[in-house]
Amino acid sequence: MSIILKNISKRFGNFSALDNINLEIPEGELVALLGPSGCGKTTLLRIIAGLERPDSGHVLLKGEDKTYHDIRDRGIGFVFQHYALFRHMTVFENIAFGMRVKPRKLRPTETQIRDKVHALLALVQLDWLYDRYPDQLSGGQRQRIALARALAVEPSVLLLDEPFGALDASVRKDLRQWLRHLHHNLNVTSIFVTHDQEEAMEVASQVVVFNHGHLEQQGTPSDIYDHPANAFVSRFIGDTNIIALESHHTDWLRSSGLDIPPQPDCLHVRPHDIDLSKATSDGAATAILKDWQHLGALIRVELAKPLPDGAEEIVYAEMPNDRFKQLALAIGDKVDLTIRQAHWFHEEIGRAPH
Amino acid sequence: MSKTNILPGFRPALGFSLLYLSLVVLIPLSTLVFKILQPDAHLSWAGYLDIIGNERVQASFRVSFVAALIAAFIALVLGFVLAWVLVRYRLPAKRIFDALIDLPFALPTAVAGIVLASLYAPNGLLGEPLNQLLGVKIAFKPAGIVVALIFIGLPFIVRTIEPVLQEIDPSMEEAASSMGASRWQIFRYIIFPNVLPAAITGFGMAFARGVGEYGSVIFIAGNLPYVSEIVPLLIITKLEQYDYSGATALALTMLVVSFVLLLAINLVQLMLLKRPQTPTAAKAKP
Amino acid sequence: MHNSSKAALQDPTWVRYGLMTLALLVIGLFLCLPLASIFFQAFAKGWQAYAEQISTPDAVSAICLTLLVSAISLPLSVVFGVSAAWAIARFDFPGKGLLTTLIDLPFSVSPVTAGLLFVLLFGAHGWFGEWLQAHDIKIIFAVPGIVFATLFITCPFVARELIPLMQEMGSEEEEAALSMGAGPWTMFWRVTLPNIKWGLLYGVVLCNARAMGEFGAVSVVSGHIAGLTNTLPLHVEATYNEYNAVGAFAAASLLTVLAVVTLVVKSYLEWQQQLNRPHN
Repeated sequence: MSIILKNISKRFGNFSALDNINLEIPEGELVALLGPSGCGKTTLLRIIAGLERPDSGHVLLKGEDKTYHDIRDRGIGFVFQHYALFRHMTVFENIAFGMRVKPRKLRPTETQIRDKVHALLALVQLDWLYDRYPDQLSGGQRQRIALARALAVEPSVLLLDEPFGALDASVRKDLRQWLRHLHHNLNVTSIFVTHDQEEAMEVASQVVVFNHGHLEQQGTPSDIYDHPANAFVSRFIGDTNIIALESHHTDWLRSSGLDIPPQPDCLHVRPHDIDLSKATSDGAATAILKDWQHLGALIRVELAKPLPDGAEEIVYAEMPNDRFKQLALAIGDKVDLTIRQAHWFHEEIGRAPH
Repeated sequence: MSKTNILPGFRPALGFSLLYLSLVVLIPLSTLVFKILQPDAHLSWAGYLDIIGNERVQASFRVSFVAALIAAFIALVLGFVLAWVLVRYRLPAKRIFDALIDLPFALPTAVAGIVLASLYAPNGLLGEPLNQLLGVKIAFKPAGIVVALIFIGLPFIVRTIEPVLQEIDPSMEEAASSMGASRWQIFRYIIFPNVLPAAITGFGMAFARGVGEYGSVIFIAGNLPYVSEIVPLLIITKLEQYDYSGATALALTMLVVSFVLLLAINLVQLMLLKRPQTPTAAKAKP
Repeated sequence: MHNSSKAALQDPTWVRYGLMTLALLVIGLFLCLPLASIFFQAFAKGWQAYAEQISTPDAVSAICLTLLVSAISLPLSVVFGVSAAWAIARFDFPGKGLLTTLIDLPFSVSPVTAGLLFVLLFGAHGWFGEWLQAHDIKIIFAVPGIVFATLFITCPFVARELIPLMQEMGSEEEEAALSMGAGPWTMFWRVTLPNIKWGLLYGVVLCNARAMGEFGAVSVVSGHIAGLTNTLPLHVEATYNEYNAVGAFAAASLLTVLAVVTLVVKSYLEWQQQLNRPHN
């Protein structure tokens, strides 16, 4: 089911949670609503679900305006951040709930319900837990039961609020892959909220970035990473060097291979877009290697670029392990920088004044 | 013996507590039991049965327990509504209303007794319209006992249900709603089962308090033997006639019956809360 | 937080207004009206009559007796409550559950039965009756009996407030004080007491209201001697039974003021406790 949001705004008192959001989500996508906490992403999810009413704007599900429809009539499945499993019911009863509260005419028979619950439990690979109570389950199990429960009513949209937020790091990694595969098999339009950019990039087919109630950018993970629409997105997604530009400091950047437009305010460079070579003599783009850290497959190098006014710019570069070995650098060595790619933005200053 | 044994004062604190409790509660309570066991006392088993078998005594037990039961039920319904409104709805002056709920706790029972009696009397502020419009008489009838016991029981119900209502995770209700449950179904399947144990506790407390209540009842009850005479009043009557055995037999019976009822209520509650305790699930792989 | 906009949690309008009306009716007719009626009837014949009724010798003696009984039993109840809470909340020992149950026991005993217990113990035909008579000591139908009955009734109040509070608090701060060299009393006065002060005050207020207002238990042991062993609640009963409505309600109004003050202090203390608790 496709979802269209038109001019959605929502305020809580003086606080603007959402400001004129327009968004289209095509059928079958797995979408991440990404942003720092308090950016309005959860409010938007709750508005799509019908748990919250927007102050203005419209929610169109499958082309129909459902803005003022009850959550019951929207055909959505909602997975709550802390799962909201019914503590007084077993896993089986939790999953069967949605079927059992249907009007008598539409309600499946007990046999159908039982088959359906066990099929869903098999889907989330927890069939053996059917008679447990929620407080006897681990976090990861609760999360999957909550998902099975939401799927029991055969929703045409699945909404997940911080689905991995309450889990341990290791469990979280496994569940991300699992959710991606599940979505692939079910192919139901799914939207999840997260503040973890890595999670969004890893799981989603589309990422929507929010900040302060504004929609900053929508696109595939690679779109967003490779072509950030603004400084916020660039900073929020992945690591980046932020270099504030004042005219007399730009020379070394030009000599590192960049073509800089007349008057940008700041420059964002991904660490892996910086290449190093041993300096033979002091050039315009020569920096001093201050320190380096082993990140596993990558090495992160901390560089200090002296500036004409006596200050220095700290720049981070990342390169594969073997490339670093090849360079055979030691702390204190001089290196020449080559910047392969950068983004510049007019909006903000990334460096504190000295 | 003690877990946090670096802390001082365990022996004096426990020693004083036990001494105080023995002097003030245990030794006095044991008199009831010993009064029965003493062979030279007039209260043999047969004598006991004789006292309890008395028609007036049985009538008073019926009055006390039936009135307490009815009152606890009515208080349960009203108390639930009060707790619901206080927790869920926006209300001006909510703090004041909330504080007022405890009035029956704080108001001496004799004061409650005389004011309820005067309000519900045939010429009272509430008694007169009730009598003239509906033909209902409350004061000096068994109904008066029920009214007094509802007053006494109300805070027990509200104060046990209120915190449970506050703690129900709203997202449970939202989840039920997202799965298509109607407002009534949410109440029936989500809220009601969660509140039920607390409601039973509150009911039990209101009932137990009601059975033993004296001060607020005697002024409004009319105290007509066989009709509106409660057990505590009969105990006092017997004491005033120096019938210590009779008073003891009544008190002991009341105590035992109340304990059995409270035990039964606790058992029902345990059954409601009973769950298969197999915490092995947590070990499973994610 | 934003309840009004949470569509899923909203009751239908008619339900909302229906329940609210019922709740306000109960509060109004069942709680506010009796409260107002007490003062209305106390002042039914004006200030003068009111003042006369609360200054009769019997009334004054009842007020004094009530204050005396409370002054004796309150400190004892508090010391018991604090020490019982300290033992239960801070230590593990066999029979702890039983002790907790015993402390609550007076709640489930009818006040009349409570009074009866002391008659059986100290009355003319009681266990110590003969011995007491031989030594000319009067407990029943005298002040000591009233105090005993009050102690029985009030024994759970302070401990019940303090035990959960102290358990929630944990003993780290006390252990820290000891580790820095504080003695037991320093630890208690400087660390424990400041932490439990609101809960303790709350328990004391409830305990005091009950001590001054107890009727059933005191009624059994006092002997109803006007001017001598009538506490204020018993005086209310006596004047009411003499068809002296103004007298009864005047005396009742004093106890009602006590109840209202108790409620105000209780609400204030609850509010304080909410403020002191970290929000999460």
